[in-house]
Amino acid sequence: MRSMASLAAWRRLGLFAAAALFVATACGSTTTTGGSTAQQPPTANTKPPTTVGPGEGQLNLIAWEGYTDKSWVDQFTATTGCKVNAKYAGSSDEMVSLMKGGGGGQWDMVSASGDADLRLIYGGDVKPMNTALISDFNNFQTFFKAPGYNTINGVHYGISLQWGPNTLLYSTKKFPNAPTSWSVIYDPANKGLVTVPDNPIQIADAALYLMKTQSSLGIKDPYELTQKQFDASVALLKQQRPLIKKYWGTAGDEITLFQNGDVVVGAAWPYQTIQLKAANAPVADTIPSEGATGWGDTWMLATNAPHPNCAYLWTAYVSTPKVQAEQALFFGETPVNTKACAEMETLQAGSCAQYHADAPGSYFNTIKFWKTPIATCPDGSNSCIPYAQWQTAWTSITA
Amino acid sequence: MEGIWTKLALRIWAGLILLFLFIPILLIFFYAFNTSNIESWPIPGLTLKWFTATWNDPEIRTALGLSLQAGLVATALSLALGSCAAFAIHRMTFFGKDAVSLLFVLPLALPGIITGIALNAFFSFGGVPLSFWTIVVGHTTFCIVVVYNNVLARLRRTQGSLVEAAMDLGANGFQTFRDVTLPLISTSVVAGAMLAFALSFDEVIVTTFTAGAQNTLPIWIFGAIRLGQRLPEVNVVVSFVILVTIVPVVIAARLTGGGGAARVPAAR
Amino acid sequence: MAVETLRRPRPKGGGAVAIQSLLWRWPWLRPALLLTPPLAWFVLIYLTSLVLLLVTAFWTIDTFTTQIVQVWNLDNFRLILNDPAYRLIIGRTVGLAALVTVTDAVLAFPFAYFMARVASRRTQTILFAAVLLPLWASYLARVYAWILILNHSGLLNWSLQSIGLPAANIGYTISAMWIVFTYIWLPFMIIPTYAALERVPESLLEAAADLGAPRWRAVLDVVLPLAIPGVIAGSIFTFSLTLGDYITPILVGGAGSTFIGNVVYSSVGIANNVPFAAALATVPVAIMAVYLLIARRLGAFEAL
Repeated sequence: MRSMASLAAWRRLGLFAAAALFVATACGSTTTTGGSTAQQPPTANTKPPTTVGPGEGQLNLIAWEGYTDKSWVDQFTATTGCKVNAKYAGSSDEMVSLMKGGGGGQWDMVSASGDADLRLIYGGDVKPMNTALISDFNNFQTFFKAPGYNTINGVHYGISLQWGPNTLLYSTKKFPNAPTSWSVIYDPANKGLVTVPDNPIQIADAALYLMKTQSSLGIKDPYELTQKQFDASVALLKQQRPLIKKYWGTAGDEITLFQNGDVVVGAAWPYQTIQLKAANAPVADTIPSEGATGWGDTWMLATNAPHPNCAYLWTAYVSTPKVQAEQALFFGETPVNTKACAEMETLQAGSCAQYHADAPGSYFNTIKFWKTPIATCPDGSNSCIPYAQWQTAWTSITA
Repeated sequence: MEGIWTKLALRIWAGLILLFLFIPILLIFFYAFNTSNIESWPIPGLTLKWFTATWNDPEIRTALGLSLQAGLVATALSLALGSCAAFAIHRMTFFGKDAVSLLFVLPLALPGIITGIALNAFFSFGGVPLSFWTIVVGHTTFCIVVVYNNVLARLRRTQGSLVEAAMDLGANGFQTFRDVTLPLISTSVVAGAMLAFALSFDEVIVTTFTAGAQNTLPIWIFGAIRLGQRLPEVNVVVSFVILVTIVPVVIAARLTGGGGAARVPAAR
Repeated sequence: MAVETLRRPRPKGGGAVAIQSLLWRWPWLRPALLLTPPLAWFVLIYLTSLVLLLVTAFWTIDTFTTQIVQVWNLDNFRLILNDPAYRLIIGRTVGLAALVTVTDAVLAFPFAYFMARVASRRTQTILFAAVLLPLWASYLARVYAWILILNHSGLLNWSLQSIGLPAANIGYTISAMWIVFTYIWLPFMIIPTYAALERVPESLLEAAADLGAPRWRAVLDVVLPLAIPGVIAGSIFTFSLTLGDYITPILVGGAGSTFIGNVVYSSVGIANNVPFAAALATVPVAIMAVYLLIARRLGAFEAL
């Protein structure tokens, strides 16, 4: 009797579940297709404001670690009353995901790198900004006023912030002389002592290495890879896998690894080097002969930002020469404001040249800035590997 | 009876297991007083400075406030809903009772990450922005189960004859409930509430997926451990969380004689 | 006057009585009223979200904008079945879950035996409370404690070095995860085992002794089989909790510590690929469903 009753109950539950399934598929959000860059971004026609009102008292930011340090944030809060609530993301993927999460009305701005920008723009997650509201915009280096990754058809989807390289971080105890090649992180002699970012874009770094060491592959751009070039890069990373102690997800992860002596060499941002040196760890960084990938960051405004005024106030603030210099020296990156060079010199002599803050425009063309790999190759064919495959390949590399 | 040597061996084993269970927890309390901000052993010295530093940190205070609020609201909601469910399941037999019982166990039987991503998908499909209320919804869902378990277990142990006796003596339904049933189950209700609060306060897996730009205390802890810069404050906060989750459970155990707290997996 | 006394005496209480007589007349009304709010909550929120998740598993996302494309297909499942990386991850998760379960069973059994059959009544209550306490002391706190113990200058290496042994290099390895998982779920194994052992009547052991069995034989042939359902009940917790975990691999694991939970977590939080996460999430659910069926057969449900 009882078992019959429960059997009937199960049947009912099953019927209900099936009904719910039907209902869920009948209604639901609209389908979206493609993501080709030929279409207009969804927010292209959103008119940005012409004036900035009073601050709303709060600002929610998605940022890289080290981008919202107290040393310049406190002053901002004191002047504008906007309390900064920062969430640190470890990769561009995470930034894109956070911006979309929860319906997109959670965060005001994101300090997105080049490989996240287009995805955010074409996903409708960010909207155009009015550069006239940023007083220092005219002092920006020409390249960074309207770079291809954040300006489309003359519409600015964000304000450039800073840029920098992905460096080779090493322990000076193990390597008294700076390594001259990225080969050290692929060298079996360093088994169990290497760390690299847990980020699919790392495949580009492998491609960059192969660009010089296996020129027969013909790699011209580490983000535009044919199947053969892609497979070679993935194979290199799979070879590297036994050497890795841990794939770092946050800068803090890597700092802990080096501090504890768990790793002796790895791919890093300048931020880790500065933090480790401040903690008296015996490390240094360098850019090997094969060159390096880099990133150009943009503060982008969310489409449904809850505090747009604070967002504009913040963007204007971090574009001023003083804050640009402070952030550059704190993180180890390069400001986009040409007037920041002088400020950097007063804070730390020689830093302007060290971080290439006074480099000519042609210099930026030599850096392989992060960008989203798409299927369209430079020659117009559709045989390059799009980013989704980078993600699946990365899972199989790190599994 | 067991031999002398067997008994001794078992006693030693029990002692070792107890040490294994408690040393890590006691260690954290030690580290909270660590003068150095490098977490190494042995500890160079003891200080109270991290306590004031933690208290003065606005981020931590906001996270604590949010955790407390979410805990209280989730507990209140789950008390109401869980008790109703327990009463319904207990005395009345109806069609589908087994299925409903299974349904109420599901939030704790399924891994937390599945509940988390399911709720996340549900909210994003429904166009509900993540906020304090979505956190509360997530917490309430499994807190209901805890209250339900406790109240139901107690109801099963109370004698139905007491209620019948009260009615024989002329009390109407409400009077019986107020004067007979409620006092009998009151301690289990309180115990359920304490356990629900403890569960909600410590919850991190489901909350990660249902929180928007807010931080509850466990989310703050997880982030702070990964960023690695503020470990001394993490030590203090973690010690605090241990106390806040243990104390209600101890009270709950005393109220229910230990049974209620043991029936529920606590890893959230 | 006469008219009034002939009227039926009105019971006191008014409205309350009216409600009560309603409830008495239709007895199904009470459970319906009581059950509606919690059931509505569960069905409208929880069950719907689970069904929605299952439905999402059959969809995919637009790779560029990561928006969900509602086209029915089995791509996600095909990827999980074909890509050797996922077989490796699933195998690793299940394998470690099994190892942790066995370790916990081995650690718990003598302890539970001591609690149930050797300790005095008072010691039993104290031990029971002592085992319960760590269980409720915040999951994150306990994992963090092990990070402190296992790191290079932590308690473990200090202890080893102070007795002259070399430092152990187990941070960020599977061994570290094994230790942490065993530690965290141990109380879950102790409690049902203890409950099962406690229920074994002493008379059985006396009977075995009467029949000539030595003590160890009695334990092996009489007590152990009766305690097995309790161990299996405990194993349900240790197995399923390890299967779904992702926090310990992130905090304590290194390269090659990816669990099913980690892929699900990063699919949702990083790749924004909810359909794939949902598809992968069906794997631990399916595994647990099978495990629960087996456990039920072996009588674990009575021991819970």
